[in-house]
Amino acid sequence: MTVTVTWYLVLAAALFSMGAAGVLIRRNALIMFMSIELMLNSVNLTFVAVSKHLGLIEGQVAALFVMVIAAAEVTVGLAIIVAIFRFRSSANVDELSELRG
Amino acid sequence: MTVSIADWFKETANWVFILLAIPTLLGAWRTVTSNNIVRSVLYLVVSLGGAAAMFLSLGAAFVGWTVVLVYIGAVIILFLIGIMITRAPLGMKAELSHASNVRMPAALLSLSMFVLVAWGLIDAFSNTAIEPFEPTPTSDIANLIFSRFVVPFEVVSIVLLAALIGGIALARRDDGGGA
Repeated sequence: MTVTVTWYLVLAAALFSMGAAGVLIRRNALIMFMSIELMLNSVNLTFVAVSKHLGLIEGQVAALFVMVIAAAEVTVGLAIIVAIFRFRSSANVDELSELRG
Repeated sequence: MTVSIADWFKETANWVFILLAIPTLLGAWRTVTSNNIVRSVLYLVVSLGGAAAMFLSLGAAFVGWTVVLVYIGAVIILFLIGIMITRAPLGMKAELSHASNVRMPAALLSLSMFVLVAWGLIDAFSNTAIEPFEPTPTSDIANLIFSRFVVPFEVVSIVLLAALIGGIALARRDDGGGA
């Protein structure tokens, strides 16, 4: 018995769950962003592992596209956080309750 | 599953996997649980570095080095700049997380999600071995991107340009030079 594709997939599931827990538990917007990055990276791991398993390379191309979109998302997200910080002097998501009715 | 432990440890691929999985998981765990935001970022580096090494061990050299360049090189720097600009609470501050009445259901929810997903994956993919160290030629990826995926590639470049302009437009000060 050697390393199988299931190990990589279960590891990616663990990373994804940790990232989801981070988004739910943390209330600093930057750390929530980091948790989202963890989740995106775990999905990339799934893409690459399954592409290895199926003998295709389309999964690696998909992982590259995910990375590009993640970079764009970080850029815009951090700009939004900076804009909110200029407005509220805080990166705490609990204080951003203007939409509450 | 009647494989003995001694057999298991004879495989180099198993060792490599375990040695890479431990820092990846620990880094992710500390990113989520650390009470210091700078430490959180640095543990994220550990986790992403482990993931990049795992891509390399899967033979996906191009994806692995792209993770090193884009995530560890660029995204981490962006996070550090974000910490600097938002004057995030440095040092050990507990108010980075929600109160424990939110934390427990959240942890339970993500744990149950992990159990469900892992159970489904083990059920679906059990006992299918892969060749871990066989490298994928980067020229194959290039040929695929610039033949079948050339339109998504161009679209993604437009998305990046839009994100660049959007980032500047959102973060610039509106006072002074006029909107």
